[in-house]
Order: sequence, then C-alpha cells, then structure tokens
Amino acid sequence: MSVATPDLDSPHAAWQSTVWALLATVKDPEIPILNIIELGIVRYVRGASCDAVRVGLTPTYSGCPATDVIRRSVEQTLARGGIAQAVIETVLAPPWTSDWITPTGRVKLTAYGIAPPAEAVANPKRLFGAAVVACPRCTSLATRQVSEFGSTPCKAHYLCTACLEPFDYFKCI
Amino acid sequence: MSASNDASAGKDMLLHYVLRLADTSLILGQRLSEWVGHAPALEEDLGLANISLDLIGQARLLLSYAGEIEGRGRSEDELAFLRDAPEFLNLTLVEQPNGDFGRSLVRQLLASAFQLELYTALQSSADTRLAQIAAKALKETAYHFRYSAGWVVRLGDGTAESRARVQSALNELWPFTVELFASDSVDEAVAAAGVAPRAADLKAAWSARIDAVLAEATLTRPADSVYPWHGKGGIHTEHLGFLLAEMQFLQRAYPGCSW
Repeated sequence: MSVATPDLDSPHAAWQSTVWALLATVKDPEIPILNIIELGIVRYVRGASCDAVRVGLTPTYSGCPATDVIRRSVEQTLARGGIAQAVIETVLAPPWTSDWITPTGRVKLTAYGIAPPAEAVANPKRLFGAAVVACPRCTSLATRQVSEFGSTPCKAHYLCTACLEPFDYFKCI
Repeated sequence: MSASNDASAGKDMLLHYVLRLADTSLILGQRLSEWVGHAPALEEDLGLANISLDLIGQARLLLSYAGEIEGRGRSEDELAFLRDAPEFLNLTLVEQPNGDFGRSLVRQLLASAFQLELYTALQSSADTRLAQIAAKALKETAYHFRYSAGWVVRLGDGTAESRARVQSALNELWPFTVELFASDSVDEAVAAAGVAPRAADLKAAWSARIDAVLAEATLTRPADSVYPWHGKGGIHTEHLGFLLAEMQFLQRAYPGCSW
C-alpha cells in the first residue's frame, strides 16, 4: 500500500520503506480493523540509518489505554522485522485530530460498523455542535445520539431510527 | 537574591502549579471512577468512566512533567500513590464526595467549565510542555463540559425531585468555586512569568458559561461565598484522606508492587 510520509527531514532510503511497511502491520488493539497509519498516529520515521530509527507516535486521547500497548507492539514488530534499537518517541503537539484518519481508514471503519468522524474538525461547529452521522449499516441519516461516550473515549453511542441498529460513532476531536 | 536563587524559586513555583493541575485532574478522575458499576444507566456508567479515563490520562502527563521539574527522580506513580493529603494540591471542589448522580454532574460542570477556560488560556503558556498538554486536554474537556451541561439541564429542567436535588447540590458545591479564581503567591508567580493566566481573569468567561447552562436548566445561581477554601495550598476537607486511603491502598500495603 502507499503511505504518505509526513517526514521530509531526511532523504528517502530503502530502510524507511521497510519501517513504514512494518508499521502498517501494527493494528489498533481496540479497533483492530485499522492499522496505526490509517489511524493517523504515526507522526514520523526519522534516523540516519536503519540502526538508529526514531518513530514518532501521538496518543489519540490522554488516557487511551491502547497507547502503551501500541508502543510495545511497534517495538516488537520493528525488532522482528530486523529494525533493532528503534526509539519510540511520544509527540504531544500538535495534538492528534480525527481528521488524520486516512480515507482508507474511514472506509474500513464504516465497513466495520463504526461511523467515521464527520470531517474537518477545523470547523468549530463540527467539533462542538451536533454532527450529522450516517448509520454504518443502512446509511440512513435518521440517527440519534444515545450517549456522548461509547465503548471507548474516542467513540459516542448512536442509534439508527430507520433500521434500529445501535452503533458506535468515532467522535471528532 | 542571586540569579540561581531566582531560578530555584521559579522552579518551585512551576512545580507547585503543575501539581495543582495534575492533582485536580487525578482526584476528579478518581472520584468519577467510584461510579463504575453504580451509575443509573449503562450509558452513563460508560460516560463517567470515560471522563475519568481522560482526566487520569491528563494527570499522568502532568505528573510526569512535575517529576521532571522536581528533578528527584520521582515517577508519575510515586507522585500519585506515595504522597499524603497535605502534599496534594488539587482544588477543594473536586475532592467533594459524589453524592447522587445529579450532584456528581453539577461538580463536573463547575470543574469542566473551569478547565475549559484554563486549558484554552494555557495553550499560549510560555511553558511549551504545559501548552502542549493543555492543547491536548482541551479537546477532551470540551466533551466533558458538553456531557455534564446536558445532564444538568435535563435534571434541572426535569421533575420537581430532580430539580430540587441539583439545586441543592449546586448550593452546597458553589462555595468551593471561590478558590478557582482566588490567587495566592504561586498563582501570581506563574502569571507574572507568562506560564499561566491570572486566575481571576478566567472568572468572567466561566461565569458566562455557567449562567447559560443554569438559565436553560431553570436553576438559581447561588451567591458567592467568601470562605477561602485552599486545597491548592494543601489544606483539604476531610474527604480527601478517605479518597487517598482507597486510591493508594495497594502501593501502601505492598510497596513497589506491579503487575
């Protein structure tokens, strides 16, 4: 798969492609349909050589319990792939936004039964006002929010009033 | 005073201030976690647990930073589990007991509205790390405010029983809000250094937010109290000790235990 490399600091090297390909195999433990690149939490892959790789990861939510699991998973995956001694760096700023979920990630979320976030958090109405959420099963817009918080902090609990399916909505943040 | 004394005093003030932010999030998060398995409906159980998780996550970022400022090698866990009540610098409001669901949501509303204004201002802090943590926490806090405001409106503008209960909770908790906007030497020092906003400067925006919610909830805003609670100075109500006894039990009974 092709991945956008947000890091333009160093010239592209073969080992970088290897690292990105390995990162694409690391799943979000709570939404295993997405890998961490599709989730938009990989901020950069840097380093002078494959022996001195630094990977920048950003947490989705301050208290997200998946953060530590993902970090360990990245270390193990890189080590198994021959990238030893990779340093995982936590990047806090700018804070993660649901806008960084990739288009592929959004399609996968819908197929998995989770409504993807309304786009463009940059528009404050989307962040603070009510979003229009389509049912991931029947695509009806006749949905209502049951609770601001769903099975994890990043999701809200919705109900489709057309097909009556309860579903998770990935919140804008 | 020599330059190194100045730097040391500045470091001490910053440490105190960061611990205030950290402890306020940690203690409020711990209080909300007491609701797990006890909320009136599954959705609200999840909601309160998720807010608790956000707050404890914010506390972890802030406590780790406090440990670095202090420079004595104390980790976030040591700061959370091995300090005694007088060393905790949280706002007195957040250590108040949960009471009923309405009372917990009133406390959350008052605290979240405050954190919303505080984190908004802290985004432009002269302290880069604090500005980064605030930018992250602000997005989460916007949801906490919306959730608690929604419930206070529903309960206030609800039945005679629910309205009486949240009005009574508001009356009981209101005196603790004085401390939010009262400055002491730590607040003055960090404000002068451009690290944090002046506490009093946040009051107008906070009041406007709260007034709008109370109006929709048909609740009456109590008169401001004059009693200066001072949890952020380490002087707490008796409730904090009981909370810490539960939160810290494992590390106190089995020091260094991990799993």
